[in-house]
Amino acid sequence: MKRIFALVLSAALLISVCSVLSGCSEEQGVPKTGEVLYVYNWGEYISNGDDGTMDVNAEFEKETGIEVKYLNFSSNEEMYAKMKSGGMTVDVIVPSDYMISQLIHENLLEKLDFDNIPNYENIDQKFRKPAFDPTGEYSVAYTWGCTAIFYDSRYVDEADIDENTWDLLWNEKYSGKILMFNNQRDAFGVAEAKLGYSLNTENQEELEACYEELVNQCSLVQGYYGDQIFDKMESGEAVIAPYYNGDLLMLQDGNEYIRGYIPKGANTFIDSMCIPTCCQNKTAAEKYINFMCREDVALANAEFIGYASPISSVVEELDEEATGEFFYPSDAKLAECEVFYQLSDETNAFLSTKWEDLMKEFTEKTR
Amino acid sequence: MKKDSWIASPFMLWVVIFTVVPLAMVCWYAFTDSTGAFTLSNIETIGSYWGYLKDSLVMGAVATILCLLLGYPVAYVMSRASWATQQTLMMLLMLPQWMNFLLRTYAWMTILENNGLINTLLAKIGLGPFQMINTKGAIVLGMVYNFLPYMILPIYSVMEKINKSLFEAANDLGANRMQTFRRVVIPLSLPGVITGITMVFVPSVSTFVISQMLGGGRNPLIGDVIERLFVGAAPNYNVGAALSLVLMVLILISMAVMKKFDDGEETGGLMM
Repeated sequence: MKRIFALVLSAALLISVCSVLSGCSEEQGVPKTGEVLYVYNWGEYISNGDDGTMDVNAEFEKETGIEVKYLNFSSNEEMYAKMKSGGMTVDVIVPSDYMISQLIHENLLEKLDFDNIPNYENIDQKFRKPAFDPTGEYSVAYTWGCTAIFYDSRYVDEADIDENTWDLLWNEKYSGKILMFNNQRDAFGVAEAKLGYSLNTENQEELEACYEELVNQCSLVQGYYGDQIFDKMESGEAVIAPYYNGDLLMLQDGNEYIRGYIPKGANTFIDSMCIPTCCQNKTAAEKYINFMCREDVALANAEFIGYASPISSVVEELDEEATGEFFYPSDAKLAECEVFYQLSDETNAFLSTKWEDLMKEFTEKTR
Repeated sequence: MKKDSWIASPFMLWVVIFTVVPLAMVCWYAFTDSTGAFTLSNIETIGSYWGYLKDSLVMGAVATILCLLLGYPVAYVMSRASWATQQTLMMLLMLPQWMNFLLRTYAWMTILENNGLINTLLAKIGLGPFQMINTKGAIVLGMVYNFLPYMILPIYSVMEKINKSLFEAANDLGANRMQTFRRVVIPLSLPGVITGITMVFVPSVSTFVISQMLGGGRNPLIGDVIERLFVGAAPNYNVGAALSLVLMVLILISMAVMKKFDDGEETGGLMM
């Protein structure tokens, strides 16, 4: 036993020595400045060096000598809760639209100094003063996208598909093969879009109607998930699910039969880079944002994550398959989509109770 | 105060910062409203969550009993085996623990799915598919799988220390193997059992990852509710803290009940 342990240990040591050596042999960048930058972003949302892609954070470290500590979150609310608890140091965050408006409202964001972000020039005009940041002083667009319906073309009849509506998610023929979002905002958003309501409605009657719609649906639903939707669609465990358009190509890598479309009333979102007031090193944070807007870096990111880039010169460089109408919906299509706004606390609390009721119904009906 | 008690001071500091202070914060939140004023209304709303609490306690208890039934014999066999076998078994037990808890649970997802490993194999011999994922059974399985080592280890470490001459003495006095097991092994291993039950029951009752991955939103547990109250779209730390507090109290009560069983034969075991 001891010998095996020694063997494993020496193998591990050997590997680490090798990596140190190969690390040394690489081109030397700027010497370390000793500065540390904490970046808080969504999971799988940056080019990380896999399969010969650019390792964006390593590249930044090499060019500036600033060490990047990169952390992930899986929902805007999680990011908000952790940041607000004050327990974490963070210099750059990448929240979505409605969360940015809330952060601005609560005075939790720093105004950016655009003199330090010359590459901001690359960002298309239409992304510069979005509704959630009307003066454009607090955020720099990183990616954007829409919710969409994904389906597995091996199992879903073409005849059942109506690209304008959300009805496929309510089609009894596919009972037990349908997935839904497990966060209340996105799930209610789907029902709101189906019924033709605003995604930001605070009207109780409309929300009750959405709840009824979701209750009707729940007996057909296999499960309510977050990121696991990706794996379940990839493996064929489920055949219909709502998800985010930017993930289609990555999903097709694993399951070539996956197709997607953006029905009327879909949610369109922009995730933008911001600097929170708890930032310890604003200069470095602005350097990082500037770096992310540089064309080659933005291109590497766009290629890797698949979500739409707000930089048109980057879009021109992308493969044709990654720039179709599905990934870059036309303005006419976008006019049918809606951005989330921050809901009132009362509406959020109301939705939470309704969500719990829905989960109870789901447990009862499908026992 | 004993002379050497200062050695424990780093740990005491740790306990104060990471246990006492957070506990005090939980209590503070539980008994205040969003403006910071004292209130009992958070505790009063707990009633509406009783269903989740009950489900969690029942499923946690089932998982704990299964762990005990599976783990006790393993611990016994391990403790009686040769040193080399003990080390091998220990290695086999610990090996899966080298992998991240989330990944292990993710793996179970792909094993239990309708298109998963088991159903694919069964389909080859013309059986199934059986609905395994998204059931209570799957959640309990996830708990048992993830927490089983925490049952086996404390029982094993207590059993291993039982003086072998006690078995010889029992033999000498005419006890057969069954009697020795019942009258010597079981009573002496009880402290390990109690520790094992604590170490399995507490994480099982409060888990939320397992129920989300293997339950698919069905049978949400109290941990899911508490998670949502802290990082959901409508965070309410006050009710979340009240729920956590009630959960802690319920766990403490069940631990106290367990301890009662143990008191008759206290041997200064590994009680946490």
